[in-house]
Amino acid sequence: MRPSRIVMPETAKSGEIFEIKALIQHPMVTGHTAAGANTEPRFIIHTLTVTYDGEEIFRADFFPGVAANPYVAFTTRATVSGDIVFTWTDDKGEVTTQTRGLRVS
Amino acid sequence: MSTRLVATLSLIAALVIASDGRAQQNRPALHSASEYLSEDMRAEQYDDARNRAMLWVDLGEAIWNEPAGQSGKSCSSCHGAAALLKGVAARYPRIDAASGRLVNLEGRINQCRVDRQKATALAFETNELLGLTAMIARHSRGMPVDVDTGGPAQSYLEAGRRFWTTRQGQMNLSCAQCHDDKVGRKLRGDTISSGLGTGYPAYRLEWQGMGSLHRRLRACQIGVRAIPFEQGAAEYLALELYLAWRAKGTLLDAPALRR
Repeated sequence: MRPSRIVMPETAKSGEIFEIKALIQHPMVTGHTAAGANTEPRFIIHTLTVTYDGEEIFRADFFPGVAANPYVAFTTRATVSGDIVFTWTDDKGEVTTQTRGLRVS
Repeated sequence: MSTRLVATLSLIAALVIASDGRAQQNRPALHSASEYLSEDMRAEQYDDARNRAMLWVDLGEAIWNEPAGQSGKSCSSCHGAAALLKGVAARYPRIDAASGRLVNLEGRINQCRVDRQKATALAFETNELLGLTAMIARHSRGMPVDVDTGGPAQSYLEAGRRFWTTRQGQMNLSCAQCHDDKVGRKLRGDTISSGLGTGYPAYRLEWQGMGSLHRRLRACQIGVRAIPFEQGAAEYLALELYLAWRAKGTLLDAPALRR
């Protein structure tokens, strides 16, 4: 589990569109090599998936061009009260999960 | 007292006041490097959801409440909630009353860890020390720098001033030649700042991570092709005090974003 930060509302009105911001700590080593330069193998978070009440609402594939400590923002529509689960997976198979509850009125 | 003596004394007094006033006026127009960021980056800096330094601030908050060392005490066991540290970062570096020596925030944290918590000191640039300093700085963001440079701090301030004005390295440049004389002008793609250090510890894009002020000072010294000191060196502590003296009244913007 890596340090991560989620910023989103705890409550929303049904049908309301709200923003979710997600940040995670990761070196995102590109693995790019050049004569005399970095020779570390690629080590990045390759996927972020987000589910809302069990259903996938967002997925991002990351590539070596993404900066360290990647930040993602997206919007979604409030439908039912439930958990929003964030899952980041990196090249070494390490998985970081964070869960946030959303109350919809 | 003769009239002439009184006149002479008041003339001396007037000169002293005048020269002091001149010293104040001669202080260059100072700008936090935040002013030279793009609008986007500045907005990012002040948005806790986007400022990557907040990952370290979170870590700092966690460490603050975690017992450490043989004492079994956490920082909060003595100091209470971290939010009570409001304004502390604005007063560092300062003279440690017990030893009479200058300490910066990193030094004070380690002094507490070793002497009181009976734990090991944290090395510079570890996530733990960066986290604690970033968190403490975050609680003072927006407050004016207010270091004490009187009394025993004076000799450190003078040492810092000498460092600032002394040419060094293969480029034979002093700090002042860029950060007093060329403020606002370009050094390759970047704008030269007043070098206040009010944003540190900062998340620097070039580093793709967090770094202390002393790491930044090393980068400057390497830039003029001088041999850099180690983080925590006496030379850097004195310079840190001098930077803070120059920055007096400027608002802290740490943990900042820097290019």
